[in-house]
Amino acid sequence: MAETKRVERPLSPFMIGPYYRVQMTSMSSIMTRATGNALIAGFLLGAWWLIAAVSSPGHFAFVNWIVTSWIGWLIFAGMAWSMWYHYLTGLRHLWWDSGRGLDIETAEKLGWGAFYGATGLTLFTLIVLWIV
Amino acid sequence: MRYLTDRKRAVGKGASGSGTEHFWWMTMSSVALAFLVPVFVFVFGSAIGGTQAEVIAHFSRPFPAILTGLVTLVGMRHFAKGAQVMLEDYTAGTVRKALVITVYSLSYLVTAMVLYALGKMVFMSTAAQMLNQ
Repeated sequence: MAETKRVERPLSPFMIGPYYRVQMTSMSSIMTRATGNALIAGFLLGAWWLIAAVSSPGHFAFVNWIVTSWIGWLIFAGMAWSMWYHYLTGLRHLWWDSGRGLDIETAEKLGWGAFYGATGLTLFTLIVLWIV
Repeated sequence: MRYLTDRKRAVGKGASGSGTEHFWWMTMSSVALAFLVPVFVFVFGSAIGGTQAEVIAHFSRPFPAILTGLVTLVGMRHFAKGAQVMLEDYTAGTVRKALVITVYSLSYLVTAMVLYALGKMVFMSTAAQMLNQ
């Protein structure tokens, strides 16, 4: 049986830069994956906070301090942006799955739309939560 | 004469071993989360800043409790299966298996933690109401 030759090829994300130009389509795709996976950080902090609320007052005071401090604010504001970005690009995926919007021009517009849309929706979320 | 149809012989031969089941599950859960998450962000966010008693009272009401439970159940499975695809893209062999098991375990742990907390909150506020009567 012939020996199968293993060719060392660079994997997809490491192609960008030396082989592929940085493009809106590839960047928004990477960002979708990055934001989706980053959301676990917010979920862990949220779950820890809920658990703390049903344990001792000392434990709650500690976790609640983190949640309500600037650190917690920064984490949850980042989570809000990640969530809205992942949300909008998720909708883009559903639309693509129907076979529409797959031309480069539309895909690039949707990429920018997700970026600006997520920023706008995050500001809206923070303002609403600040007022209420 | 071959009694097996072409389709029958093809099923299970693909690289995934499970057809498009994974993709379809992610599609279904993403549609569910598209409805749940925007409401959840405001329900969860509005509880931040309250005292311990206020936080317990907030999440023990039916709507926030059920919504938080649903977002956690669906969201954590969506996360685990999404992270699995990422790990399958960049890792191989035993490392891949170990990481996928870790991510699945983490998502189930977070789910159990949140459901426990919600259950205890409902129990605590019910007990408090009964003592007040």
